[in-house]
Amino acid sequence: MNIATQAVQIGLEWDTRTGAVAVPIYQTATFRHPGLGQSTGFDYSRSGNPTRLALENGIARLDDGALGFAFASGMAAIANLLLLFRSGDHIIVTEDLYGGTCRLFDKIFSQYGLTFTYVDTSDAVAVRAAIRPETKALFVESLTNPLLKFADLPALSALCRERGLLLIVDNTFLTPYLLKPLDLGADITVYSATKYLAGHNDTVAGLVVVKEPQLAEQVYFHQNSVGGVLGPQDSWLTIRGMKTLGIRLDRQQENAQRLAEWLQGHSRVKAVHYPGLETHPDHGLMKRDTRGFGAMIAFEVDEHALVEQVLLKTQLISFAESLGGVESLITFPEVQTHADIPPEVRARLGINNVLLRLSVGIEDCDDLIEDLRQALEG
Amino acid sequence: MKFATKLIHSGQTIDPRTGALGMPIYQTSTFRQQSVDHFGKYDYARSDNPSRESLEEAIACLEGGSRGFAFASGMAAITSTLLIFSAGDHLIVCDDVYGGTYRALTSIFNRLGIQATFVDATSVQAIEAAIRPETKGIYLESPSNPLLKVTDLRAVAGLARSRGIITLVDNTFMTPYLQRPLELGCDIVLHSGTKFLSGHSDVICGFAVVRDAELGHRIRYIQNGFGAILGPQDSFLAQRGLKTLKVRMDQSQQSAVKIANWLQAHKRVTAVHYPGLAEHPGHAIHAAQAHGPGAVFSFELDSFETTRRLLEGSKLSTFAVSLGGVESIISYPARMSHAAVPREERERKGITDTLVRLSVGLEDPDDLIEDLSAAFNSD
Repeated sequence: MNIATQAVQIGLEWDTRTGAVAVPIYQTATFRHPGLGQSTGFDYSRSGNPTRLALENGIARLDDGALGFAFASGMAAIANLLLLFRSGDHIIVTEDLYGGTCRLFDKIFSQYGLTFTYVDTSDAVAVRAAIRPETKALFVESLTNPLLKFADLPALSALCRERGLLLIVDNTFLTPYLLKPLDLGADITVYSATKYLAGHNDTVAGLVVVKEPQLAEQVYFHQNSVGGVLGPQDSWLTIRGMKTLGIRLDRQQENAQRLAEWLQGHSRVKAVHYPGLETHPDHGLMKRDTRGFGAMIAFEVDEHALVEQVLLKTQLISFAESLGGVESLITFPEVQTHADIPPEVRARLGINNVLLRLSVGIEDCDDLIEDLRQALEG
Repeated sequence: MKFATKLIHSGQTIDPRTGALGMPIYQTSTFRQQSVDHFGKYDYARSDNPSRESLEEAIACLEGGSRGFAFASGMAAITSTLLIFSAGDHLIVCDDVYGGTYRALTSIFNRLGIQATFVDATSVQAIEAAIRPETKGIYLESPSNPLLKVTDLRAVAGLARSRGIITLVDNTFMTPYLQRPLELGCDIVLHSGTKFLSGHSDVICGFAVVRDAELGHRIRYIQNGFGAILGPQDSFLAQRGLKTLKVRMDQSQQSAVKIANWLQAHKRVTAVHYPGLAEHPGHAIHAAQAHGPGAVFSFELDSFETTRRLLEGSKLSTFAVSLGGVESIISYPARMSHAAVPREERERKGITDTLVRLSVGLEDPDDLIEDLSAAFNSD
């Protein structure tokens, strides 16, 4: 079944009592037991809630995994996955990682004896060189934030299998609509569903999909024990958002391609990082593995003074953190999303003071171009 | 300001822009910024959301703290707060701690290098004896779940303070209406807000409250970094529930006293654990640190058969996990709240197969008594 169809079907089969097409919002904490030692399958909403379950089953189906899990935020999802490890374990990580993930690793989990090595995961040789005896996992962003480097998942998963490492893929920028990491050998996918999956800049949510049932049991144990679960209203809004995932992303990608090409031709723009451009180093690799190039663009303007002008003069494109929604957003990674990355690392990665990140929405592309033009030209 | 008034007027209860009574539900993930150099107070809803913030201010005010934090569940509040500790740290924990907390400590935090010793927290001497050089926290429930054991919070907080140890209290059973641990010298208050605070069995949420600014800063860092936050709809519902906390608790507590007394006289009941009864070993300490016995108690029955009959036969008291709602909930700790605790350990702690916990709701107490009476006599 096509993934756009699967997305529309989420929750449809649930309410056999009324036939409701949309899954009900189960705003309940607990469930009455039919008898001692008996359960309806639901006991307590932290452990399982039918609305959340519809979402969890839906994302598992979209991603071809055994089980899905919904969390209070993307960070809560990633934090729960890290609890699979213990003191002394080592994890190899994409170097231009989202600042929040970096903070979680370096400032919170490092105090429990987990260690992290940051490498360019688009370079499988560099990844291999970083493996130590205590290395337990490789954590990669399929398409990185903000510089849009693409990971060669077949190569990385072959390496992980050979060395017995778990491969965890943050697939937020692509979603299963464009890439299914589990089909390419990953063990776990994780999403900030706040972004493309919910898609309306109105819900903070995180999702995890696990390929194998046994590992999924461990993730469930932590989800239930730590309790960073997604509430029923936010679960329902995420499902609602996912129903339009296909048409939103189609339109967003189309807009992004045009905008990237337009930006490339603008005199005040020094560089455009968009994998849909043939000049992007990972263009060919993405063509091989994905259904599209996504709708995130990073671009560099010719001087720092122009950054503020662009951020404040764009009208349709809101200056705000986050991405992936129907509304276009623009951010300044150096001080916003990647403020938690040490300055020297930022400089090495190319997250500099002229780099802007654009999340392209579903507005008419001519209007977006006009908005950027007036902002760039003052 | 008196507590009943605080419940209605603490936190942002009026929308500054429109005057609406009640904070709007900010179902948004992000906020548009006006300046590159100075971001607005709100930039991303995981970090701050006005709906959540209003609730956080309210719980901080009610507990007499400087800062409150709302989480996706009580366990998220507890686990996030425990992340202020580091590998190598040691915790002392009351021995009949909630099963979910026990599980997190013995299956997750132990792997992160945090060790816990479980002690009978009714004895300050036992707590003191368990202190090691690396002890960083004392984690308490008073009254505890499900045996309603009482810890002298002032004494333990004083002891902990003299040794540079942080005292954490899960105040779920009492709520700040009946007991305010920060005022007794404790450092961190935790809640499953799912229970009396929200009060309608319809929201899963948790809270942490502190008085000390530095501790507040540490928890805030983890709340934002770990991201197990409460969503805006659930924040709104929790704050809505809070408004009626006092009237709900007054009624439930009054009914609980009546039902506990009735049960105590019942021939099939061998013991009732409720600090509201004069015979309860913690009665005097509890009376000195709290303003009432609360609306949850547990009791022991003469046989497993009676236990089954009561759990399955009661119609008004819903047989379910959780507590603190407008609906009375009857539950079975051995297989529910404390199922995560190994059997022999559970039995040793007194959480036997004939122990039943009752959370008294807002039904008329006479109806509840009649219902329990019918269940005792059912087959």
